[in-house]
Amino acid sequence: MGSTIIVNDLRKHYGQVRAVDGVSFSVEQGEFFGILGPNGAGKTTTLEIVEGLREADSGTVEILGMRPWPRNPKLLTRIGVQLQATSFFERLTAREQIRTFASLYGVAAKKADEMLAQVGLEDKADTPAERLSGGQGQRLSIACALVHDPDIVFLDEPSAALDPQARRNLWDLLRQINDNGRTVVLTTHYMDEAESLCDRVAIMDDGRILELGPPASLVRGLESVTRISLETGTLSVESAAEIAGPGASVDDDGVSVTIGTDDPARVLTALAERNLLTGIQVRGATLEDVFLNLTGREYRA
Amino acid sequence: MTAFTSLSRAMLLGWFRDRSALFFSILFPLMFLVLFGGVFGDMGTSRLAVIQVGQVPLLEQGAAGLGEVLEIQKSDDPAAAREKVKEGDVVAAISQQGDTLQVSYSAADQVRSGTVQGVLRQVVSQANAAGVPQRFTMTAQQVEDDSLKAIQYVTPGLLSWAVAMGAAFGAAATLVTWREKRILRRLRLAPVALGSVVGARVGVSVAIALIQTAIFLVVASLPFFGLQLSAYWWMSIPLIIAGTLTFMAIGLVAGGLAKSAEAAAGISNLIVLPMAFLSGSFIPLDAAPGWLQTLSNVFPLKHLNQGLLDVMVRGQGPLSVLPELGIVLAFGLAISLIAMKVFRWDTV
Repeated sequence: MGSTIIVNDLRKHYGQVRAVDGVSFSVEQGEFFGILGPNGAGKTTTLEIVEGLREADSGTVEILGMRPWPRNPKLLTRIGVQLQATSFFERLTAREQIRTFASLYGVAAKKADEMLAQVGLEDKADTPAERLSGGQGQRLSIACALVHDPDIVFLDEPSAALDPQARRNLWDLLRQINDNGRTVVLTTHYMDEAESLCDRVAIMDDGRILELGPPASLVRGLESVTRISLETGTLSVESAAEIAGPGASVDDDGVSVTIGTDDPARVLTALAERNLLTGIQVRGATLEDVFLNLTGREYRA
Repeated sequence: MTAFTSLSRAMLLGWFRDRSALFFSILFPLMFLVLFGGVFGDMGTSRLAVIQVGQVPLLEQGAAGLGEVLEIQKSDDPAAAREKVKEGDVVAAISQQGDTLQVSYSAADQVRSGTVQGVLRQVVSQANAAGVPQRFTMTAQQVEDDSLKAIQYVTPGLLSWAVAMGAAFGAAATLVTWREKRILRRLRLAPVALGSVVGARVGVSVAIALIQTAIFLVVASLPFFGLQLSAYWWMSIPLIIAGTLTFMAIGLVAGGLAKSAEAAAGISNLIVLPMAFLSGSFIPLDAAPGWLQTLSNVFPLKHLNQGLLDVMVRGQGPLSVLPELGIVLAFGLAISLIAMKVFRWDTV
């Protein structure tokens, strides 16, 4: 399996602002690749350069062995792009939208209707796109991006502004797309989304990639603390500190006593010996901790 | 379906389902037509007024009953009387040469002139039936109609304004909303030729303009309005198409400069509405000061108006409007170049 996308030392400046400042990565065929970072990190600009919407100041992009800039219609038939839920023709129904997009790629209307069914919008076919809910709009948008059966799909913050249930549904759909063997590139500012979906994640901040790898190994590579919480009152702060030992932190916010430790096994064993495991919560490090560790500041989308 | 036809379809559907677009491109101008053509149109002509030139013994004989139907003015100047007919002040000018009653009427008001002719024919036959030694005859003759009745003038003017507004608004709104909603971006990422996108938009605008024209002409031709189209009216179609292209270009400039659909509509309005007034779309420029008539030449709408008037109601030949057609297209070309300069794919 070769690399389908190779990005090398991409740079893009807007005046004094370095939106993208030396980004390099490659994406394997069939991979689910995430670009994660807060707003303004340069994710979208990077994605737009890769898609061929913008020209980089310097650096190279190669997709399926082709250059996306200048506009390359041959490449465009092989990539699918989801921009935003609102990128629809005005006052057209869901079915008319996807059929219009299908015909732009020379795809038959029947295939378009099948794609609509695949994203679960069959019963919304006659609803104007404006009246779809956020999640339905995103699914229609993704269906429009997939209608010509592209090899690579680019998704720009597909779950922004969705409620939790709609996000979960969307994730299932995205996994399904990736399971069909397509390469998926996704930008997101949700840590949990990247963690749950992506094979590999590039963490971006300030136009640069800070770290790149599978979410689990990024988290594991962290000299991280595991947080163990118990209900306040079940254990005094003093005995908690005694159990946790030196180097650990103990905190009582009035609701729970939280022990932060780099040796969770020992602490848990000690708690089990005292029969204190009821209602216990154990939280390992997340990508948020990775971000905090990398930038020294709290992650805020 | 090809990209061209499917994009055209998408745009037409979008336009058709947009109530406000339908209102502004069809109903709004029609309201003006009713206002100018229907209401004001009746104000020019008093009820069945005719003018009697010199001595007309026949009218004086039958004057007792005639007074109820015709309001008879008198004049000794045949030329001035004809002028009054042309201007629609009176329905007909009547003179008598020996035993022939001569009636000059204006084609602009066929209903009234027909009524007057009918009345006069009765006068003639009554006179003949009365056994007067003279055998009277009547000849009717149309005065050349170069000063037009309200509806004749109003229709081409309002039509050119409606088409200009529809084309400019349509192009500006599409460009801005497609840019704001990132449809332009999405199309850039589809293997579609730019020509298909532009071509579809042009095709849709032209189709809408022709729909406007058809509805306008049908309504204005209703007996209530009484528009009389002259023989070469079909020459208005190329003029309408040229006008559509030019005003689309104006709309594209507005859309290139504007940041929101509302601003685009405002800018188009700011350009088209004053231009409509200064180009004589609503009110004839004949009475306007000389400098204004000269100034009006810098507006493409003035030339479109002129051309439409010439072929639709003034009865001029098809080739006579080629200069206007050329001028309108030249404006279109120049404005398109500006539109290309200010075009932006993206909001940033």
